[in-house]
Amino acid sequence: MSMFVCDPVEAIHDFEIAAGKPWSHRLRKGQRLRVIDSYGQQAVDTLFYNALDYAERYSAQDTLREQGSAYVVEGTALISNEGRVMARIVANTGGPHDTSAGACSCESNTVRFGHHVKYQHACRENFVLEVLRYGMTKRDIPPNVNFFMNVPVEPDGALAVIDGVSKPGDYVELVAEMDLLVVISNCPQINNPCNGFFPTPVRALIFAGPEA
Amino acid sequence: MNLTETQQAEIAVNRANYEKLKAAGQGATPRALPDLTPKGGAALAEEHIVSHETIPGGWYVFGRLKAGESLRLVNPTGRSSVALVAWNARDVSERLNHADTVKVQWSADLRKGRLLLSDMGKVLFAITQDTLGAHDALMGGSTAASNASKYGGDHRNTRDNFRLAAGKLGLAAADLPQPVVFFAPVQVGAQGRFVWNEGKRARSDFVDLRAEMDVLFALSNNPHPLDPAPDYAPGDVEAIRFRLPIPIDDYCRTGSPEAIRAFQNNAAAALA
Repeated sequence: MSMFVCDPVEAIHDFEIAAGKPWSHRLRKGQRLRVIDSYGQQAVDTLFYNALDYAERYSAQDTLREQGSAYVVEGTALISNEGRVMARIVANTGGPHDTSAGACSCESNTVRFGHHVKYQHACRENFVLEVLRYGMTKRDIPPNVNFFMNVPVEPDGALAVIDGVSKPGDYVELVAEMDLLVVISNCPQINNPCNGFFPTPVRALIFAGPEA
Repeated sequence: MNLTETQQAEIAVNRANYEKLKAAGQGATPRALPDLTPKGGAALAEEHIVSHETIPGGWYVFGRLKAGESLRLVNPTGRSSVALVAWNARDVSERLNHADTVKVQWSADLRKGRLLLSDMGKVLFAITQDTLGAHDALMGGSTAASNASKYGGDHRNTRDNFRLAAGKLGLAAADLPQPVVFFAPVQVGAQGRFVWNEGKRARSDFVDLRAEMDVLFALSNNPHPLDPAPDYAPGDVEAIRFRLPIPIDDYCRTGSPEAIRAFQNNAAAALA
């Protein structure tokens, strides 16, 4: 764990993100975001946009190429589609995080779990609703980071969402390296273990940067 | 969190369903993946070929395919990797989604028999022939910066090639999905490190991609970021557009419950 972890009482904002709901917030360069998995085993699907130019956004592939490995961990630099560092993970108690398995959607859920789940709420619904508030569309939703989602990739390529390792109160903390728009879907999925089959609320704390 | 008995019962049912789907998806249900195509196998007769393009090392092509048409990508020198992006030609907001592709098929191992999926639960391409079974669905292509740090200087790269292709197709940079890369033997090893298996790539490898809806596509012929060759020296790649009849028992359409359901979504959309 990082020695530079902030004290929760110093947070300038403290948001509760209800189970299954979207959330977004602008983060100034230097500010920190801590996402707390209050009840454990809750996937938090997260996207980042340059707050001054939404065409620059999080890129899973650039992030993995630059670090040469497949999971988001403490020290990971989250890279944009322009190759720039958007944020860095500075603390993490919640296990390796996925960024290869994307967000659930009504459409992909039909393929994964059967056509009977088509009319269940999904992360893509949250993302579409939230990015439309900023003038963006589905075209602007790239594959995301999944905090607290456990998706090991085996040497033979086998890949599956398995039980999360995050315990109640585990958190991941990042520092913004540019002015960011952060968009979260607190994942509503009930058909795989990413939320322990029971979606729960999470918390987002914002800490002021050094110059604030 | 305290759960009621009803909630616990629902969780147990959903968990059991998931374990069943996972066992089927990672097993051979209903059919095992087909063997790789032998080198020199699956020859194309002249009457099936629509057109033929050589993509010089470092360059890109883009175009359209009708549903049922295929592309054969041939790597004559064995020294190239070919990145692909694609869109639904009728609605470009629907595009390749590498994350859904690997998640839905329970595997990052793109190979013969598997599918490339859109973000809307549909099939863009089926991988119908494949001599190497070693492709990259996770890391993607190069950028100007990644080439500069690896080779020094200014070299053609995947990202800028795709930006050119998207621009010429009337699309914006924001419309570019993350690519998958053929002839790129990337594996996830210990501690999640990416590993390159050069031994799986050889001269004259090829892969066939059959469009399963009308698509726009772009291909970029650049060294993969993990390619161990010290020099920037991609070989030419052949892109052959062809059309063959689709067999009744086509593996890609019938090999897994996920494939069957994805094709049901294609069929439903085709009626719209």
